[in-house]
Amino acid sequence: MPAHRELQAAFGAALTGTGVPPGVIATGDVARRFAVYRNTVQHSLTDALSQRFPVIRRLVGARFFDAVAGVFIRAHPPRSPVIAVYGAAFADFLDGFPPARRLAYLPDVARLEWARGLAFHAADAAALTPAAFADATAHDPDRVALTLHPCLHLLGSDYPVVSIWRANQPGADPAPLPAGGEAALIFRDAGDVPVLPLDPPTFRMIGALAAGKPMGAALAHADQDQIARTLSTLLRHGLIVGTAPFQNTRFP
Amino acid sequence: MSFPTGLPPATGIGFKRAHFDGLHATRTGLGFIEIHAENYMGAGGPPHAQLAALRADYALSVHGVGLSIGGAGPLDATHLARLRTLCDRYQPDSFSEHLAWSSHDDAFLNDLLPLPYDDATLATVCAHIDQVQTALGRPMLLENPSTYLTFEASTLAETDFLAEITRRTGCGLLLDINNVFVSCTNHVADPRAYLSVFPLHAVGEIHLGGHDAEDLPSGPLLIDSHAAPVADPVWTLYAETIAATGPLPTLIEWDNDVPDLPVLLAEARRADAILDGVRHARAS
Repeated sequence: MPAHRELQAAFGAALTGTGVPPGVIATGDVARRFAVYRNTVQHSLTDALSQRFPVIRRLVGARFFDAVAGVFIRAHPPRSPVIAVYGAAFADFLDGFPPARRLAYLPDVARLEWARGLAFHAADAAALTPAAFADATAHDPDRVALTLHPCLHLLGSDYPVVSIWRANQPGADPAPLPAGGEAALIFRDAGDVPVLPLDPPTFRMIGALAAGKPMGAALAHADQDQIARTLSTLLRHGLIVGTAPFQNTRFP
Repeated sequence: MSFPTGLPPATGIGFKRAHFDGLHATRTGLGFIEIHAENYMGAGGPPHAQLAALRADYALSVHGVGLSIGGAGPLDATHLARLRTLCDRYQPDSFSEHLAWSSHDDAFLNDLLPLPYDDATLATVCAHIDQVQTALGRPMLLENPSTYLTFEASTLAETDFLAEITRRTGCGLLLDINNVFVSCTNHVADPRAYLSVFPLHAVGEIHLGGHDAEDLPSGPLLIDSHAAPVADPVWTLYAETIAATGPLPTLIEWDNDVPDLPVLLAEARRADAILDGVRHARAS
């Protein structure tokens, strides 16, 4: 089968490069007809990235986005036929992409959009009701660890990523952006994936709970109001799906 | 005579998420829906919730677009396992894939690419189809491609290649009549001649999609865009084919610039009318 393999290697190389592979026949204009394949590959992958990173596209404009996508696709072609997982490397790529350096917030906005896709496709899990949560944590809350919903993602940034994301939704009013960083809670709610801003202590607490720390340690150094707000945010959005007695997996 | 699947000999459409409300628990008259397998390989969330709900309303065709059955290298075992998980979960009435390749080494090219037709590629494709049918525990349908090029290395006609695949593997065929029209126009061949030697007895489903057209100095270039209504000559070929085979499960395929659901349902009704016409002609 070497002939077939070599032919596909040449065909694949021409798709992402230039020229026409050897051994193909067309009724004239062979380059134009081969270009149908090259264009489909380029357009379909650019489309996939546009759908995954619509705010990045809006921020940089369609022409610049298509050019960036072209460079990204050549550097990082998909490795899987599951296009929903294509673009994991896009945020880091933007980080190192000199023409985008002036827009320093772009990589974090891309991370936020990537996390929204992960949340959308994450596994399903049944939420604990507030009553079940109260029961499970009534005895010794300090030693109980929470299992948070697989759709939950957290993103902290030196840039106001939540405000940037919201200002670039279809129909959003242009609003002045706050100075400084923002932290985001990203999760699935019915068919949608909302992005909520979190204050720094809440961001830290949810991060500690997500990392499996027992409630006692995760919620330490916070006042009762703050703890109540954090837990009620998680419960309201169905993001606590289980509890387990804390076990120190680092010992013995 | 046709290849048996669990799909009814009626019309279906490709399911798009925006159409969920219009399809779920509504009398659309559709006989089945078709999904692209690769869009349902996440762990959970709305895609699976919607598909599970629609599964109760419609027969289901799972149509893969990424297995690279025509690839020179081995099939992606991980991807085949994903397909098996999906089929186990939804128990589709049909599984189909393409006579094409889309992966080379470890890169996925996201297009259905053409292959030369000779004894060596025939053996490779048949081995891959055996592997798929064993892994999924069911026969599959293989779709004829739309192509813009052919190969100096080809020694077999596409129709002979497909007929030999069905004979060796026992798989059925998915006859895409738009693909026949697109390929034949691009290669200056007669679609009726192609269909007259197509192994119609092995067809388990028909696809009807739209194409784009460009006039080049060397002749027309048709592009299988799935972004337009089914063209009139394709409807005519469809009616002629159904008159020969009898009613077959028929899918309206519209994947890009997808219109509102009523536009798709109108296309489906046009196919229904052709199926009904053949039913009446055969009954009288």
